[in-house]
This record gives sequence, structure tokens and C-alpha cells, in this order.
Amino acid sequence: MLIKKPADIRYSEVTPKDVYLNRRNFLAGMPAALLGARELLSPSARALAGTQLANVVKSKLSIDEKPNSYKDVSTYNNYYEFGTSKEQPAQTSQKFKTSPWTVSVEGHVAKPRKFSLDEIMALAPLEERVCRHRCVEAWSIVVPWIGYSLSELLKKVEPTSKATYVAFETYWDLKQMPLATPERAGIPLPYVEGLRLDEAMHPLAMLSVGMFGEALPPQDGAPVRLTVPWKYGFKSIKSIVKIKLVGSMPPTTWNITNAHEYGFYSNVNPQVDHPRWSQASERRLGEFRRRPTLMFNGYGDQVASLYAGMDLKKNY
Amino acid sequence: MLRKPWAKVPVWLLSLTPVCWVAWRAWNNDLTANPIEYVTHFTGDWTIRFVVFTLAITPLRKLLKLPDLIKFRRLLGLFAFFYGTLHFLTWFGVDKFFDLHEILADFAKRRFITMGLLGFLSMIPLAVTSTTGWIRRMGGKRWQKLHKLIYLTGVAAVIHYYWLVKSDIRLPLLYGSLVGLLLAYRVVSSAIGRKGAPAPKRAAQTA
Repeated sequence: MLIKKPADIRYSEVTPKDVYLNRRNFLAGMPAALLGARELLSPSARALAGTQLANVVKSKLSIDEKPNSYKDVSTYNNYYEFGTSKEQPAQTSQKFKTSPWTVSVEGHVAKPRKFSLDEIMALAPLEERVCRHRCVEAWSIVVPWIGYSLSELLKKVEPTSKATYVAFETYWDLKQMPLATPERAGIPLPYVEGLRLDEAMHPLAMLSVGMFGEALPPQDGAPVRLTVPWKYGFKSIKSIVKIKLVGSMPPTTWNITNAHEYGFYSNVNPQVDHPRWSQASERRLGEFRRRPTLMFNGYGDQVASLYAGMDLKKNY
Repeated sequence: MLRKPWAKVPVWLLSLTPVCWVAWRAWNNDLTANPIEYVTHFTGDWTIRFVVFTLAITPLRKLLKLPDLIKFRRLLGLFAFFYGTLHFLTWFGVDKFFDLHEILADFAKRRFITMGLLGFLSMIPLAVTSTTGWIRRMGGKRWQKLHKLIYLTGVAAVIHYYWLVKSDIRLPLLYGSLVGLLLAYRVVSSAIGRKGAPAPKRAAQTA
């Protein structure tokens, strides 16, 4: 007797409700979609994004909360290089080529080098870590990221004693990101972010290559991004091409755009309001009522000691 | 065609399209991952648009020589108030869950909310006095004077939007220039009107 095992269905394969509700429109769009399918033959994000990641272990640093749906996390994105609305990045980033990809790690390090994506994937055991993600706009999600602590990569290049901060840079290319002009995005580009070295070495600071068991889709920062769960979402820089260890506080995009509203630290802090709105509460996507925002996004036990003696109102 | 008694019907139906669209998306559970934010922005966008449509009637009547357009002005103005009310209720009732304490704090502390409320409140007397009965009761001159409040509505709405966005100011700038243009038309046309009429004071001064 032949017993067929049901195929594991991947998160990205589940037909979104709006597609099956509009299946006639979907069928009408098929000829165009078939033309678009040629795209699949070239190495592009489609080939990589959505591939299932093997040998992933559960992280001890996971929180015990229910993750949002794959659809929430992959259709509600801030990624200004692909458009400034929440829905745009999922639509405009699908041809984003993330292969080949290299991340250059340089600056005050004993062993500067370029990592290919394969090298990044194999640099340390991949773990699944369920984290809270709190946006500065007062919404939040819970995501099962896949990756490992950023410190694993930093240790490989051996920061020297001169290194006190880490600067990160996002890929920027108008050919692939036609919406990414500083005028359209309203922010200077390429996108840059930074952490203090001790923050970057904290085990919770994570280099992510996947989510929901699969490689990251472009709109969520493929192929490799940062996840700093105790800070506002914009600190978790996407599609990283450069990591530089430096000796002074590096410039960060939102701080350059509006220093009064976005500080270098940008730790989640319900007591320090954004000048234009309260940070005391947030809306978890999928929930109706707002919920109170937690100090350091609920990671205070692990990270508060990094800021001992600091005035967090001043260093927002 | 504008004179036909049914001419208002298509404008009415068109004005209802946005609210039907959002209701349809709600019915299909398709209001994005953050429905409250989506509805707030959607109704806000349509409030500003209807304020612009309303402000455009007077210039268009004159520029296109279509005086009958006047019959749509009240309709469009009331739809601006309708979408403004939905916008306000989404924020007040759904987002803040009628938390008056938080709302008053927001009103005092957040200038974009102060400006938004100012814009909304300025529409209330206009909606109340929009009936023919009120025009008669107030007298045309006084009624017209009161209804100049919509200039304030337009300016407040644009500033509210401009202060809200994080970095991409293209849409607030677009609405800002439309409102600016429509208000500038009034300044210029009243200046021309004054020039045409005798201006005794000025004449006395220069003499």
C-alpha cells in the first residue's frame, strides 16, 4: 500500500486570502505572470527568498509569545528604498537580486574581509529566535527570526582596541531600487545605522538571514539584516553590505534626518515620548486594543546594564 | 445637463464610493496588517480631498463659466464633514477607545493633533448651518462670512498632515499647494474686484 506523506507547506506558499477571494482577477493576470516567471530563471531574490532553511535550532533567547502571521510580517514593511507606504515594499522589491551578495567587514579589525552570503549562512549555527519588534511609530509584531548573534561575525574579524562603535550600511542602487532617491524617500541614502560595540556584542543583537523557517523576503531585508529587539525597529538595518568598526559614534540615517526626534540610542522607552506622539503604548498587529509598551521592549533584564548610569531621557 | 434635477445623483454616488470601498475591504478582511491605521489614513485623505473639491467650486464656476456648479458645493462640503467625522471617530473611538484623558493630553502636547482637531471643529458650524433655513435665518452676508471658516479648515488640514508624516512630504505638499492655489485665487480675484470698484480711501490718501 502506498501511503503518501502530506507535503510540508511553506509559509510563503499559503495563498493569501485576498488572492483566493479575487481568483478571477488572478487568472486574468496569468499571461503577465507567465512572462514574469522568466525572472525565476535568473538568480534573484525569488530563487533565494522563501527557500527553507535547514538545520535550524531553537534559541534559548526566544520569548514566549505568539508570532504574528507571515502575511503581517511580509506585507507591512518600512523599507523606504522600495517606497514609503507600508504595502509598497512587498510589491516593488520582488525582483531585488540578492545573489551574488557580499558583506564587507572593515575598519578597526585585525582581519578585515568580505563575506559571501554562503559564508555568512555557514558562519555559525542558525537558530530560530522569536523576538518582539517595536516600531518607533507605535506598532509592534512578534517575529520568529533565523540567524545568530552578531558577535559571532564580529569575533571572526577580531576588533582592535580602537574599535568602540559599529557602523552598518544598506545596499543602495537606483537601478534595482528606482524609488530610492533621497527626494522620494525623504531620507539621505544609503541607509546607515550604528551601535556601540558593547551593544553589538550583546547576544540579543542578531544577524538575521531568515524568518518563519525560510530565507528572508526582500521587503524584510534580504538577504541579511540586523535584529536589535530592545531598540526601535529602524535600528535593525536591512540588506547589509558593509559593517565598519569605528572609533567614534557613527552617523545614523534617522538621526541625520531629524536629530530632535530620533537619537542614536533609540532604545524602546515608554517614558520618553516621541516629540509628536506618545510611546507609552503600542498596537500589536492583529490586536484591537493598544497594549502598554515595555521598557527596553521587555528585554530590560538582559540589556539594562548596558546603560547603567546613563540619562536615557537625554540619550534617547 | 448641470441644471437637470438628477445632476446631483452621480456626484452623490461618486462621493460615497470611498466609504463603500473601505467597507468592502473591511468585509473581505482586507484592511492591511494594521486596519485601524489604514482606515484612519484613508478617511483622512478623503477629508482633505473633499475640502479641496469644495474650495475648488467657486474658482471653477468662474473660470469655466459654469455658475450651476454651485449646486454641488454644499454636497461636497458635507461629504468633507462626513469623512472628517469618520476620521475623527476612528481616532477617538477605535484607536484611543474613547479615552478622554489620553485625548486631552494628546490635544495639549501633540501639535499635529491640535491642528487636526482645529480643522475638524471648524467644520461643525459649517455643517450645522448648511441648510437653506439657516441661510435665511442668518442672512446671506453673515452666512457667507461664517462659511469663510472653510479656508481655516483647509489650512489646518494641510498643516495637520504635514506635521504627521515622518519624512515623505510629497502628498502634504501637493494638498498644500492645491489649497494655497485655491486661496490665492480668492485673494487675487477680490483684489481685482476692489480695483474695479471705486476705492475712496486710497484715492483720498494719494490725493
